[in-house]
Formats: sequence, C-alpha cells, structure tokens
Amino acid sequence: MSEYVLLRHRDIPDLDQLKVYLKNGGFDAWKKVVTSMEPMELIQLAKDSGLRGRGGAGFPTGMKWSFVPNNLWPHYVVANADESEPGTFKDREIMESNPFQFLEGLMIASYAVQAQNSYAYLRGEFWQIGLKLNQKIAELEEAGFLGDNLFDTKYSLRLHVHMGAGAYICGEETALLESIEGKLGQPRLRPPFPAVAGLYASPTVINNVETLTNLPPIVQNGATWFREHGTEKSPGVKVFSLSGCVNKPGNYELPLGTPFRKLIYELGGGIPEGRAIKAIMAAGASSALISATDAALDTPMDYESVANLGASLGSASVIVLDESVSMSWLAQKTTHFFKHESCGKCTPCREGTYWMAHILDRIEDGGASEKDVDLLFTVARQMQNKCLCALGEFSTMPVVSSLEKFRSDFLARVDGQTR
Amino acid sequence: MNELLAKYPTEIKAILAKYPPEFKRSSVMPLLHLAQGDPGYITPQAMQDIAEICGISITEVGSIVGFYTLYYDKPLGRYHIQVCTDMPCALRGADKFLKELCERLGVKVGEPTADGLFVIEEVMCLAACHRAPMFQVHGDGDLVYHEHQTVDTALAVLDALRQKAAVAEEGKA
Ligand SMILES: Cc1cc2nc3c(=O)[nH]c(=O)nc-3n(C[C@H](O)[C@H](O)[C@H](O)COP(=O)(O)O)c2cc1C
Ligand code: SF4
Ligand code: FES
Repeated sequence: MSEYVLLRHRDIPDLDQLKVYLKNGGFDAWKKVVTSMEPMELIQLAKDSGLRGRGGAGFPTGMKWSFVPNNLWPHYVVANADESEPGTFKDREIMESNPFQFLEGLMIASYAVQAQNSYAYLRGEFWQIGLKLNQKIAELEEAGFLGDNLFDTKYSLRLHVHMGAGAYICGEETALLESIEGKLGQPRLRPPFPAVAGLYASPTVINNVETLTNLPPIVQNGATWFREHGTEKSPGVKVFSLSGCVNKPGNYELPLGTPFRKLIYELGGGIPEGRAIKAIMAAGASSALISATDAALDTPMDYESVANLGASLGSASVIVLDESVSMSWLAQKTTHFFKHESCGKCTPCREGTYWMAHILDRIEDGGASEKDVDLLFTVARQMQNKCLCALGEFSTMPVVSSLEKFRSDFLARVDGQTR
Repeated sequence: MNELLAKYPTEIKAILAKYPPEFKRSSVMPLLHLAQGDPGYITPQAMQDIAEICGISITEVGSIVGFYTLYYDKPLGRYHIQVCTDMPCALRGADKFLKELCERLGVKVGEPTADGLFVIEEVMCLAACHRAPMFQVHGDGDLVYHEHQTVDTALAVLDALRQKAAVAEEGKA
C-alpha cells in the first residue's frame, strides 16, 4: 500500500516490474474502462474529478477530451514527455520508476477518445527512459493489454515512443506535433486547434505525463475520492519539483494548495547556511519572480492563489532564490536559455531574446549604464503579446519581474560592482 | 544503393511501422538517431539515404539536423560531455564545476581533447536540477546521465570511457 497517488514507487519496491505493478492493482482500471465503460462515461468522470493539466496551463482534462469531434477519424493521443522547463524533473521520475501507471494513463486517455495509435514524445535526452518504455510496451503487448481486440472487445490500441533530439520548444504542443511529423519543431498558427486538426491533421489530444498518471487511480477510486485532496478549483495532488537554494531539493508529491513555506522549509529543509530567502520562481525559468514575503510564503500553491501573486503555478517547478543571488545574473541566465531555445519563427521573440541577452551581458560585464537597464525593460515590454507562442512571453517574465521588484540588483552592476 | 537500409534492415522496418504508411517523413528523427549511432555524427551519405527512405530532399534532412541540438553534422569528439549550466544547476555550483573540469583536462568548452575522444559542451536544463552538478555523455549511440558529480568523479567517468574506447579499437584491429 502507498499513501502516494503518483510517486507510489517510493513505497512499493520494483513497481516498474509488470508483476509487481499487477499485484498492486495495475491495469485493473484499464480492464474496467475497456470492458465496462463507454467513452462518454470516461470523459464525464474526468470532468467530474476536476483534473487539470499538469503540463503548465492547468486546462481541465475532461473538457479537452470532449472537444474531439466524432465525425473526423482517426483520433490520436500524444503524451507530452518533453519535460525541458528549467527546474522541472517530475515526469522523469514518474517514467523511470512508475512507468506502467503512466502508460496505463495514456491507454485510458486513448480509450476515452477511441484512439488506436498513441504516441509518447520524449525529449531526446531521455534516451534511457525511451529504451525502458519500449521494453514495457512490448511486455504489455505480450500480456494482452495492448494490441488487437483487447479483452475480446472491438477496441485495439498500440503505443509508440517518439524521441526528440534537444529542443525545448517541442514541449509546446503544436511544435511537438510538427516534430513527430518529421519537421522542424516550430509552433503552428491556431486555429485550427489540435483537438480538431492535430497530428496528421487528425483530431489529437495532448496531455502531460503527470496528467495521464492521475487517470488509473481516478478510474479506480472515483471523482469524489480525487477531490478529497487539493482545493475546490485545483483538486488532487501534484508533484512539485523543488530546486535552487534549498537544502533538500527533489520531487515532493503534495496536495495542491499546500503553502510554499511547507515545501521550502518543512520538507525542503530551508535555505543553506541559514541565509535569507529572497524570491521564488513557481513555474521554472518561465516564471514571474515572487518576492518571498511572509504573505507569499503562506500562499497556497494552487493555480488561482499563485495567479493572485501575479505569477503562475505552471508545471509547479519551484526554484528558490536566496539573498546571495543577484537578479540581474538570474535574468541573464534565463534569457540565454530562451534565446537559445527560440525557434526563430517569429521576429519579436527571435530578435527580442537576442537583444535582451545582449543588454544583460553588458550589464553583467559591468559595461552598462542606467539607460541600458531602462532599455532592457522597454525591449521586454515590447515583446509582450506579440509572440506567436508562449515561449516569447515566458522569456519576458523573469526579466520584467526582476526589474520591477529588484531593480537595485541591476543598478549595483551599473555602478561597477561585479559578482 | 541505400547503405543505411543495407546496414539496419530490421531496425528501419520497425521504425517505419510506428507511423502511418502515408507519413514516412515521421521516420526522419528516429532514422537520424539510428544513423548517428555508429560514426557519432550524420554523414552526407546518411543524409542522402534518409532523404530517400522518407521521400524528402537532402536539404530538408539537413535543416532537421541543424535544428535539433542532439544531431551533429561533423565528427567532433567521440563522446560529447554535456554539462548542464542552466540556472537551477548554476545555483548549485555548475559553472564552477565546468570551469574546473576544463582546467583539469586542459581544454576549452567546444574544443575536443587531443586524442579526439571528448568534447566538453555546455547545455541547458536536463531535468536533473536536484542532482547538480551533472552532465550527460552522448556517444556510441547511447546517452547516459551522471549526477551528483565532483570534478574527480567526472574525470573517473572519462577514464572509464577512454578504456572502453581502447578496448573497442583493439576489437576492431
Ligand atoms: C514553450 C513551451 C514549452 C512547453 N513544454 C512542455 C513540456 O515540456 N511538457 C508538457 O507537458 N507541456 C509543455 N508545455 C505545455 C503544452 O503546450 C501543453 O499545454 C500540455 O502538454 C498539455 O497537457 P496538459 O493539459 O495535460 O497539461 C509547453 C508549452 C510551451 C509554450
Ligand atoms: S514565440 Fe519564439 S518560440 Fe514561439 S514561435 Fe515565435 S520564435 Fe518560435
Ligand atoms: S538546470 Fe541543470 S538539470 Fe535542470
């Protein structure tokens, strides 16, 4: 038995072995949906549970499935296992140590929209995980959980792993689809939305690994059970990836709505060498900085409450920044990330990340004036609301928020101080 | 003659079977991973073979190789030692780790070692931020993470690779 919903491998040794997974109720949910549930019932269950996407946007999963039209076929489901947001390492742990629960979730989502071929898109660096998943999929075919006429029904399903090759932008769902189609990973214009015209122009559902991993227990235990954890609008548990200036970085499965303070101080062991906390990024490098005031530390980590702080929970990648960190250095680091990862398709993002990086390099090198600090702010502001996909917008978040909240860190560099 | 197809007939058949027959182009990424495994980079011949299998132009294959960072179009070190220096790792000493590793090896980032075995590279987040400093080794058709590293443990990893490569060369001779 395990108190965990997602990280059950932490209590159950060898849960990545099919025998062990089966002994712990594995694929009971799968059998149940295929043999006794209508797709519509399953979609309704997902809606009732209130499950929201764990990949960043928090979109309600059941609603996403319901957009798939039943007059256009075939349908596809794609698991987003690109996990490349700096500070995020939760899907990796799930796939490495509890791979069958993830695959079972992907299978359940496939049944919900009656997809017969589904894909898992893994970032190329997850090479070892890709090998492992391929082996697990072969075992499932062998055991009769995947293949034709499952459990003597008319339903057939196959899963395929597609390996990326190093490109953060492929986590953006339409770039991801382009990548599977053998093209450059560049986002598509929307509409049409993937639910209508996705992979191979067919209706496609894209869900994050952690979202999918929630499905087997929801099918087994029901929507009411799922809502026992978390808040009214953000139900369930979530895996928080904790990193940065903290004594015990790692993944923590907690109910949505747990306060920052509990994660950072109680579980994460607080800040090294007794330093003071300065700021928090709740959504990896794509975050607006949260000043770590007492009120902020007591804020529940759910989608609404974090939004009320002017930030976003995103994929819940909590990066802790202490008083030793200069926010001008931080902005330089994140900006170089986004500049490197910009796919180059649209001008504001391609040029904007280039110029922000250029100015930040000058500031960090000590060769800038206060005018450059203002220019940086202007460049970032001008990019906002003009980019084709969210990457461009993300790149401005740490820059604008650090300038607004920690301007003195930038001015200290301008005055000739170096790190 | 398609050399790639002659070398890996079963692997290529399995790759093509993952995608609908009318969308052969989808195989381009797995084929590039496959082709890169042995020489450690994508040769012009491999690009041509892949273009032929996928029914696209060589230029299109080339642009894919250029877009994705894990494909290499030049032989540059048998093992790419890719150190993550992205922000969360940097908060845990990754920049210092990289600098010292380069100093001990006597190389600069991006320059191969004298024996041509290693090239040290800086990469973005690898989803291992809680175990920094860390790096991945990309080469011989494999990709392996090394986490919780010190410069000494990293040098030991490189030593083991050096021995592995020497044994492989003896086997070939
Ligand atoms: C630049 C960018 C990168 C993204 N990276 C990821 C990622 O690595 N994994 C992921 O699940 N979602 C990522 N997303 C969000 C996806 O586009 C998509 O919303 C998500 O996979 C939907 O799944 P969900 O509803 O289950 O959360 C990214 C979005 C953007 C704009
Ligand atoms: S915003 Fe950036 S990443 Fe997104 S499409 Fe435009 S250039 Fe590409
Ligand atoms: S920042 Fe280095 S692994 Fe995430």
